[in-house]
Amino acid sequence: MEEKIIYFDNAATSYPKPEEVPQAMFRFSKEVGASPGRSGHRLAVEAARIVFEARERISQLFGVKDSSRVVFGLNATEGINQGLRGLLRPGDHVITSSMEHNSVMRPLRAMMKEGLEVTILPCSTEGFLDIQGVRKSVQKNTKMVVLNYGSNVVGTLQPLEELGSICREKDVLFFVDAAQSAGAIPIDMEREMIDLLAFTGHKALFGPQGTGGLVLGERVDEREIVPVKRGGTGSRSEQEEQPDFLPDLCESGTPNGVGLAGLLAGMDFVMKEGVPKIREHEKKLTKRLLQGLQEIRGVTVYGPKDAQKQLSTVSFNFQGAAPSEVGLRLDEEYGILCRVGLHCSPAAHRTIGTFPQGTVRFSLSYFNRPEEVEFALQVVSQLAQKEG
Amino acid sequence: MPQGVILFPSIHFALRAEKLIKENGFTVKLIPVPRHLSPDCGVCLRISWEKREEIRAILAQAGVKIDAVHSLTEAEK
Repeated sequence: MEEKIIYFDNAATSYPKPEEVPQAMFRFSKEVGASPGRSGHRLAVEAARIVFEARERISQLFGVKDSSRVVFGLNATEGINQGLRGLLRPGDHVITSSMEHNSVMRPLRAMMKEGLEVTILPCSTEGFLDIQGVRKSVQKNTKMVVLNYGSNVVGTLQPLEELGSICREKDVLFFVDAAQSAGAIPIDMEREMIDLLAFTGHKALFGPQGTGGLVLGERVDEREIVPVKRGGTGSRSEQEEQPDFLPDLCESGTPNGVGLAGLLAGMDFVMKEGVPKIREHEKKLTKRLLQGLQEIRGVTVYGPKDAQKQLSTVSFNFQGAAPSEVGLRLDEEYGILCRVGLHCSPAAHRTIGTFPQGTVRFSLSYFNRPEEVEFALQVVSQLAQKEG
Repeated sequence: MPQGVILFPSIHFALRAEKLIKENGFTVKLIPVPRHLSPDCGVCLRISWEKREEIRAILAQAGVKIDAVHSLTEAEK
């Protein structure tokens, strides 16, 4: 008999996926198979169409007119690296926050050694950025503000429109890490004045691992972008130089066709259901989870503790118990799968005061049910009594 | 009916153009690039030669990059 599990690790990878996702991937492997855009035969064209449609869907989801400015890669990390490495030069200044994931921090730390100037703005213990701090930190050589929209540790959402408006006013690029938020909450690059958006397919867009990328707004001059990778693109094959147009400029080597077929199906699902409806469902579950956890003695909840101001990612700790022990017991004894520790975000944990032990993180998805939240609350309550 | 082809920098633009041209009610077909027109191994769009200026305008309006427009009959002469 299959053991029942409760999957609360959707901020890492969403699971389960809509049925259409594995079906589309199976179909691609079985019936399409070929290299997207690498030949003129029917299967290569069919594969290219799938990649093209995935690009179109990304631009629809984020309110971008020109889908050639959607660059696919492995994940948000690759998109972030392309955005940072592609546009920032030694001597430039960039502003970021103390809530960033290592996908932003590590490239920036490395680039600092090469002469990039970085300001890391402190956030409140709930994870909120002081918006006026952004305005005040802009200097003559500031090129970009790069921020995580929704925290992967405590779900904290930053006010995008206000930040975007400051960036426009100061004429700096606004780069948003939407790894957690894309698909979970509406994002419109035009309305929120976002110039670069890094996304991943394997979380709230319900695609498989190995899909993601970067969307470049109109204010990013493609002639300024230095590609992180160079290689075959299926275009301009007579030239030994990298093509100078998007998306080929930043997309080298055979793409993840089977993955993008899955991502396309995932996005179709998200658009069919509607992002606002998904958000509402997750908000309800998050509200109940936050309320329930805060009522349990011996449990400390971190972050905004307000479903309106955060994603469906909730971090907490038990008094007197290491997160790693709790995680193991939740899995082995109760079938609750979550993530414990630092979540690749030491800066964020320092900000909320949980470094170095980290937290227990429950991250919900559209597929989680209220009964699962209730069961998890009972379990946490029992564990808290035993520990206390 | 004389026909022509539009060549694109990459298949992305060919597919975007195909979608736009169809949406505007014109006939279009995706075909491999004729060897005498380009050494590239990709695809291009075959259109009605008479409609080339209207189609060109639609693509320009949408910002779709194109490489060239050739008359098929002339090229084959």
